[in-house]
Amino acid sequence: MADDSGTKSMSIIVTKGTLDWAYPPMILSTTAAAMGLNVTLFFTFYGLTLLLKDPKLRMSPLGNPAMKMPMMGAHMGMPNVMSMIPGVDAGATAMMRDMMKKKGVATFEELRSLALESDVRMIACQMTMDLFEYTMDDMIPGIELGGAATYIEVATQSDINLFI
Amino acid sequence: MADQTLDAKGLNCPLPILKAKKALTALPAGATLEVLATDPGAVKDFAAFSRTTGHELVEQSVEGNVYRFVLKRKA
Repeated sequence: MADDSGTKSMSIIVTKGTLDWAYPPMILSTTAAAMGLNVTLFFTFYGLTLLLKDPKLRMSPLGNPAMKMPMMGAHMGMPNVMSMIPGVDAGATAMMRDMMKKKGVATFEELRSLALESDVRMIACQMTMDLFEYTMDDMIPGIELGGAATYIEVATQSDINLFI
Repeated sequence: MADQTLDAKGLNCPLPILKAKKALTALPAGATLEVLATDPGAVKDFAAFSRTTGHELVEQSVEGNVYRFVLKRKA
């Protein structure tokens, strides 16, 4: 949050919990923290998945025509009907993880640890916790609970507010 | 010669910046950190990092596919 020292601040509402969408909030929050900003993340709905101790993040090519994987010099999309075949989503997830490893992209868990280490404040939406029947025992340590008003207070005092 | 060298070769965004920040924090004010990276995005990113944080980018060069940055820890 903003303070008298002139420190900049950023908040992000995190709403998505797939492997691909897990990255933008983690990359931006760790980088902003490294650049001296105070950062708050508010996890709601599927974003809450990112706070689970064992998130088992996956992704699906279903309904995502922009997802084209590099394959033998070309870029291949996948017809929606393919995603219905058991194992295809798991295969796409494995392919993405493999690509990330080869290209020196950090793992999600690595970025999440770096975020916590650099004092990124993480707030889990109380309402979504209740809705999906999660308890704090399911979540990683170092996070807190809050609601919409908690987020809005942070947002009024932040220089940058994003929704992902 | 820089006071310390950080090998960030093969790492992709944002890891070179995150590791550089960590290394800078451990250095005394005025000390220099050399960062070696292969991520072409690091060129713009280290410039932005330097402008925002005040850790001066005192040297910058490229040899083959390796980018070299020298940052000076701010007081």
